[in-house]
Amino acid sequence: MLRAIVSHPSGRIGGTIVVIYVVVALLGMFDVTPHNPLQQYRIDRLHSPNASYWMGTDLFGRDVASRLMKGVGQSFFVGFCSVTLATLAGTVLGLTAAWFGKAWDGLVMRIMDVLLAFPAILLALLIIAIAGPGTWTSIAAIAIVYTPIFTRVVRGPALSIKAREFVDAARTFGSSRRYILTRHLLLNLVAPLTVQVTLALAWSLLTEAGLSFLGLGTQPPASSLGLMLADSRNLMETAPWLLIFPALAIMISILGFNLLGDALRDIFDPRTRRSAA
Amino acid sequence: MSYLTRRLSTFPLVMLGVSILVFVAIRMVPGDAITAMLGTEAGLLTPAQREALANYFGIDQPIAVQYWHWLLGVFRGDLGISVTYGKPVLGVILERFPLTLQLALMSMCVALLVGLPAGVFAATRNEKMSDLAVRIFAMIGQSTPNFVVGLLIIYALSAGFGILPTMGEFTPLLVDPLRNLGQMILPAVTLGFAFAASVTRISRSAMLDVLSDDYVRTARSKGVPKRSVIWRHALPNALIPVVTLSGVEFGYLLGGAVLVEQIYALPGLGRLVLDAILQRDYALVQGCVLFIAFNFMVVNLIVDLVYVALDPRIRLGEGG
Repeated sequence: MLRAIVSHPSGRIGGTIVVIYVVVALLGMFDVTPHNPLQQYRIDRLHSPNASYWMGTDLFGRDVASRLMKGVGQSFFVGFCSVTLATLAGTVLGLTAAWFGKAWDGLVMRIMDVLLAFPAILLALLIIAIAGPGTWTSIAAIAIVYTPIFTRVVRGPALSIKAREFVDAARTFGSSRRYILTRHLLLNLVAPLTVQVTLALAWSLLTEAGLSFLGLGTQPPASSLGLMLADSRNLMETAPWLLIFPALAIMISILGFNLLGDALRDIFDPRTRRSAA
Repeated sequence: MSYLTRRLSTFPLVMLGVSILVFVAIRMVPGDAITAMLGTEAGLLTPAQREALANYFGIDQPIAVQYWHWLLGVFRGDLGISVTYGKPVLGVILERFPLTLQLALMSMCVALLVGLPAGVFAATRNEKMSDLAVRIFAMIGQSTPNFVVGLLIIYALSAGFGILPTMGEFTPLLVDPLRNLGQMILPAVTLGFAFAASVTRISRSAMLDVLSDDYVRTARSKGVPKRSVIWRHALPNALIPVVTLSGVEFGYLLGGAVLVEQIYALPGLGRLVLDAILQRDYALVQGCVLFIAFNFMVVNLIVDLVYVALDPRIRLGEGG
């Protein structure tokens, strides 16, 4: 698997970006940053990048590089938690809908249709309107927004696998329902799920940044890439580094997950390789 | 049941589900509706006054009854009164909608004018350097959130040319078309950027599929000029996924581009929802969300119908 990713051009670039991103995120999450991200060096306010402040300082004299690392950690945390929740919920709902069929399938899929009837950001905004802004609300909102996609990704292939002979054989042998669902169905769904998880991570980073930019995600003084961009708006002419670095961080991280997702899709389904952009 | 019948029959069901979700969701907001409506002044009410108000607005009734009355109101076009604007919600929404519609149409024009030729160009030069360049550009375009594109455009214009986009009072198209287009072009380019990247990728991949088909090979072997093969024979068949993608994206854009409207200070539907949430104007949030979801579903239904019209195989096959 790893070899396949490394030998795929998009996989190589995307994989490298994702590894660097995760390392930076973990360093940020565990406070291994050049400076304290909340420390205000008032004498060095709006300092351009130099040896001490690699990415300059902001209006309050806080180190941009440290805040950026913390922000990457925050977006990774939100993205990781929300996609994990969406994957778990979507997989359970999709698998059970495909397995039990009938009324349960109808109910689950109609609820998913209702959730899919909202543009993603609108549904997230609606959830935040109810629960109030904050990190955990963002996680819940993003998870709810992406659950229907995972449910659909799981249900379709699960239905076709359920009709295959080896599942019938397993039933005949007296395998338990749980065994068939986890061993036969779920294991065969690892490929589409892996692709979907990678792409969903890219979307969740995008949504988290957007929500924080609007002031509805991570709340100050905690650091987040979207918040950093929102703060840079009035200062971009005098201190362009406040805009450029967080913008690049968001772009490159989403690019990394998109490239890796595309590569995984190619690896799992060679038919798409020729036409994939 | 054919795909078409199934699709049309589930539409009202899903719409009903959406209305229930929106209605129930707003009632899950902590605190009671009277406090939400009157704000701090609600503290001055006596219990009797509070009860009278609850009775007047019908919120002392069971939630199913409240929903039924609200649904009847929706059918009559009555979405309630916005506390912030002191006007009917539907009126406020319809005031903002033309801007959102115009922005969505302009962004789609930008996306198709850039994305389609770029996709066709890349497909005809498959695996060459120019194809690679288009693919890299499209990938970066797809990975850049539109609010980041907007901020970078504003920065590039102000730092490079000393120009700041007009952010003053918004001028409607019919009042002063030139001024309006001046205000709308940058937001349209911003929104069109990622949209164009998606169009490029999908049109390139669809063109590659079609260009390897037998009928294209036949046309080529008959000596039809390359340009004619590409634009007249191949492109019309490669357009099906492009139409679908554009339709779905257009549906999203009709929901208001919250972030881009915020950056360019445009009074569209997206900003209306955001302001309604920030000001806790729940009737407005409820109305906007219902209106946007309805538009989104109608556009998606139309896209599906167009898709079926363009590709008759779906009528017979199994649809999602």
